[in-house]
Amino acid sequence: MSMLNFEKKYRTRGGTIIGGDLFDFWVGPFYVGFFGVTTIFFATLGTLLILYGAAIGDTWNVWRINIAPPDLSYGLGMAPLKEGGLWQIITVCATGAFVSWTLRQAEISRKLGMGYHIPIAFSFAVFAYIALVIIRPILLGAWGHGFPYGILSHLDWVSNVGYQFLHFHYNPAHMLAVTFFFTNALALSLHGGLVLSSTNPGKGQKVKTPEHEDTYFRDIIGYSIGTLGIHRLGMFLAVSAAFWSAVCIIISGPFWSQGWPAWWNWWLELPIWH
Amino acid sequence: MKVRMTKTCVNLALVASLSAMLSACWEAPPTVSEQIGFRGTGMWTSTDGDRVEELVAANVLPEPIPAPATTAGPKAGDIYQNVQVLGDLSIGEFTHTMLAITQWVSPEQGCNYCHNGENFADDDLYTKVVARRMIQMNQSINNDWSSHVGSTGVTCLTCHRGQNVPEYIWFEEDGPKTAGGMAGKSYSQNHAAMDVGSTSMLSDPFSAYLNDDPATIRVIQNRPLAIKGDERYASTQATENTYSLMIHMSESLGVNCTACHNTRAFSSWDEAPPARTTAWHGLKMVPSLNQEYLDPLQGEYPDNRLGPLGDAPKVNCATCHQGANKPFYGQSMLDDYPVWKANSGS
Repeated sequence: MSMLNFEKKYRTRGGTIIGGDLFDFWVGPFYVGFFGVTTIFFATLGTLLILYGAAIGDTWNVWRINIAPPDLSYGLGMAPLKEGGLWQIITVCATGAFVSWTLRQAEISRKLGMGYHIPIAFSFAVFAYIALVIIRPILLGAWGHGFPYGILSHLDWVSNVGYQFLHFHYNPAHMLAVTFFFTNALALSLHGGLVLSSTNPGKGQKVKTPEHEDTYFRDIIGYSIGTLGIHRLGMFLAVSAAFWSAVCIIISGPFWSQGWPAWWNWWLELPIWH
Repeated sequence: MKVRMTKTCVNLALVASLSAMLSACWEAPPTVSEQIGFRGTGMWTSTDGDRVEELVAANVLPEPIPAPATTAGPKAGDIYQNVQVLGDLSIGEFTHTMLAITQWVSPEQGCNYCHNGENFADDDLYTKVVARRMIQMNQSINNDWSSHVGSTGVTCLTCHRGQNVPEYIWFEEDGPKTAGGMAGKSYSQNHAAMDVGSTSMLSDPFSAYLNDDPATIRVIQNRPLAIKGDERYASTQATENTYSLMIHMSESLGVNCTACHNTRAFSSWDEAPPARTTAWHGLKMVPSLNQEYLDPLQGEYPDNRLGPLGDAPKVNCATCHQGANKPFYGQSMLDDYPVWKANSGS
C-alpha cells in the first residue's frame, strides 16, 4: 500500500504503554500495537456473541434483535448464558474494545509526540457507556439495570427508564448534557459554515484567511474565538456533553429514586421565600 | 497574603454551604428495585432504601382488638336506639366495631368525638352523621369495588390512620393570588403543586377527573394528526391534564409510570402490567365515592371542615395509598373485623 509522503516520519517505533516492542508494527497503513490486538480480539468476540445471541433469539430483523441483560434477581452475579449471561460477556467485550481503542489512541499520540487530546476526549464517551452498563448497575445492585443491546429494545429501555422518574427533562444533569449537545452542534455548524465559506470563495475570489474569518464573527457577534480557540471550545463542549450524560444517568436511581420534578423542591425550600 | 486567606475562607464557606444545601436534596444507595416486566425493558420500580424502611414502618397494622367471644345474643338494633346501619350486629360485635372505630379515627378524643356523652343515640354531632355514612361507604367499597380493593378490602384505618381527618384529602382550589389583569388567571397551573409531584401542570386534576362527570383520561389518539372533531381527538391541554393526574397517581402509590404502562405504547393494554387493570377500576371507584358519599355530606360539616370554596373534603388516590403501592402493603384487616365485609344496607 502506498504511503503518503509525510507519513514516513510518523512511523516511529517506541512510545508503547505496555509490551515494549510487542506488536509495534504496521500492517499496510494501520498501526497494530498491543491495544490494536486487544481491540480486534474484544470487538470480534463481542460481535460474534451478538450474532450468536441473534441466532438463538426470536428474529433476524435487524431492528428487533435484542440481547437483554439478566433479570434483576441475579443481582451482581453471573446469569445463565441464554438469560442475560450473553449480555454480561458482550459488555465485558465492549468495554475491553472501547478501553483498548482509547489506549491505542494514547500510544499513537505518544509516537506522534502530540498531546493526549484525542484519547482524553474519546475516554469521555467510553465513560458514558461504562456509566450505563457498569457503574450504575453496580450502584443499583444488579446487572439487570444495564440497557439491552438492540436497536429498538434499547429505545424502549430509554423510554421506560426515563418515565421511572416521571419527567426526565427535570434531571439537572440531563439539562446540562442536552444544553452542551445543542451548543456543541451550534458551534460546530458555525465553525463548519465559516471554514467552508472561506475556503470556497466565489468565482475569481481568493481563499480567505483566518483574519477574514475573525473579522466576520467580530462583525456579527462582536467576538471571534479564533482558529485555535474554536477547537478548544469544541472539545470542551463535546466532552462536557458526554460527561454530564454519564452523570445524569448515574444519579438517576442510585442518588434519586423519585420523580425528577420533585428534586427541584430544594428551590421552593430556599430560606429566602420558604 | 491575609487578603488571599480571607478570600479562600469565604470561598470554602460558600462551597461548604452550597454542598450542604445540595446534599439535602439527594438520596444515597441502596435503592430497592422490583422488576415488573421482561428483563432489559426497563420495567421496574425503584425506591430509595430509607424511604422503603419509612414506608414499611408506616404500614404496620396495629394489634387487632380481640374479637367478641360470641356473635350470638340480642341485636344492637334491638337494644340501642337510633342504630341505622349496624343494627344487625350482636351487642358483642357492635361494641367491638365501635372500639375499633375509636382506635382508628379518634384515639385521643374517644367515644365523645362522635357521640353526645349524655345520650349516645343523639345525632347532634356532625361527626356521628359523617361516620355513619363512612361506614356505609366502607362496606360499599368492600362489596362493590373488589375489582379495585380485591379481597384485601379497606377499613376506617386505611385512610384515617389514627387521625380525625385523613392526612390526604382534596378540595376544589382557590388558586394562588394573582396580579390581576391579563396575568390574572393562572388556570390552576404554572406553579409548583405538591399534589402533582411539584410539577407546574394542572394543580387540581381531581375536580376534572375524580368527581362529577369525570373527564376522559385517555388522550392517545387512534389516528396520527387527529384534528378537532375526530372521534378521539384530545387537545394538548387535555394531554397535560391527564399527565398531571397520572403524576398524582404515581406519587400517591410511590411508583413510576412503568408500574402500569410500558411507555413505548402507553395506551396498549397488551403490553401493560396487570396493575393497570386495578388502577383503571380505581379511577372508576374514586369519582363514584366522591359523588355518592363525600360530596353529599357537604351540608353536615362545620365551616372549618370545608374547603376554601366551601366544598366537602374528598378522596383521591393518596387518601388510602399514602405512598404505598397497596395500602398496608396488601395486609387485610377483614378477617379480624368481618363487619366491614358485610353489607348492612346503604
